[in-house]
Amino acid sequence: MYAQMVKSEKAIGGPELETFQARIDAGEKIEPKDWMPAGYRKTLIRQISQHAHSEIVGQLPEGNWITRAPTLERKAILLAKVQDEAGHGLYLYCAAETLGVSRDKLTEMLLDGRMKYSSIFNYPTLTWADMGAIGWLVDGAAIMNQVPLQRTSFGPYARAMVRICKEESFHQRQGFDIMMKMAQGSASQKRMAQDALDRFWGPSLMMFGPPDTESVHTEQSMKWQIKMNSNDELRQKFVDQTVPQADYLGLTIPDENLRLNKKTGHYEFSEPDWNEFFEVLGGNGPCNSERLAARNKAWDDGKWVRDGMMEHARKKATKESEVSE
Amino acid sequence: MSSPAIDNEWPLWEIFIRGKHGLSHRHAGSLHAPDAELAIKNARDVYTRRNEGLSIWVVEASKITASSPSDKGPMYEPAQSKVYRHPTFFDIPDDVGAM
Repeated sequence: MYAQMVKSEKAIGGPELETFQARIDAGEKIEPKDWMPAGYRKTLIRQISQHAHSEIVGQLPEGNWITRAPTLERKAILLAKVQDEAGHGLYLYCAAETLGVSRDKLTEMLLDGRMKYSSIFNYPTLTWADMGAIGWLVDGAAIMNQVPLQRTSFGPYARAMVRICKEESFHQRQGFDIMMKMAQGSASQKRMAQDALDRFWGPSLMMFGPPDTESVHTEQSMKWQIKMNSNDELRQKFVDQTVPQADYLGLTIPDENLRLNKKTGHYEFSEPDWNEFFEVLGGNGPCNSERLAARNKAWDDGKWVRDGMMEHARKKATKESEVSE
Repeated sequence: MSSPAIDNEWPLWEIFIRGKHGLSHRHAGSLHAPDAELAIKNARDVYTRRNEGLSIWVVEASKITASSPSDKGPMYEPAQSKVYRHPTFFDIPDDVGAM
């Protein structure tokens, strides 16, 4: 429905900028053909693409277990979940494209490392319990971030997020279901569940990004309503929600400093290892090169299929137009 | 590192889906596909994984003509002053009954 190459009428606005901000403050949605400041467009392209890339790369750690799922039912469920992740990536790429950037350009920037994806997908999935931990913690953290984004100011982004949130809830629940099964299972299954929690707890906390004191872009993005809550706010919410769930499972959050502050009603917890976070983000995580290599291989190996199908479609169209003449 | 061909990108299609309850087709989103037939197949996978649809329309995005936001005034403002087009404009006495 949307024009794909929208040129902004002016790069930086005087009165337009005020009208634009007033529309956002009034809760109006900004649509692709509307005037928007160049910075709003640029920030959104970066943010939505990164989100899309994360969904796509996020298929890899879980895809790793599809062939080794413990039952046929678990396998079917995991397949459906991984297929959802692909779908989420596609919804988001579409939203980014309405801002005037091409899909292939975005893919190119992911493949050559110019664009990032979430740090969390650079960790390996060593056991089946990791499928549980990812659904429960990683998708749980994603939901924290995505539910408020359903109200974001950019229409196509908000609408993509509504679809995603509906489906994401299945992901978290299937993860918790795996954790329950394992936590209630044999001693070694319970150990596996605890081990998965131990490894994914810190990286899950990192998903919300650096502490507010070090988060450079928060203020403008919040004013534009493309970021709805601060990193620390969401991280706190995630911890408050997750600790009782771990208690229910009979698992221990790997944090000696974790305690409930009765006055505030919130849990106090240790900061994750931010050096590790910046290392992973900078390309030096345990699986960064493996993930990028897998995406590059898929893109390269699929080239003859993409080209062949496009050529076939062109030939068919030419033939049809000749017949009709 | 590969260098993807940007010039051979599959065209963009807009997807319209009829939901279950006898509604009209509604815009669901967009996707890339080499032709209409595959656009429908892809739309089935991308937009109807949970029984969201009974019927799919696809149309190439470049074939759609859209109104411009800057025409909003001349296009829609004339309707604002014509309140008599709404039934609530007319006061009908209660005694007349439902109308």
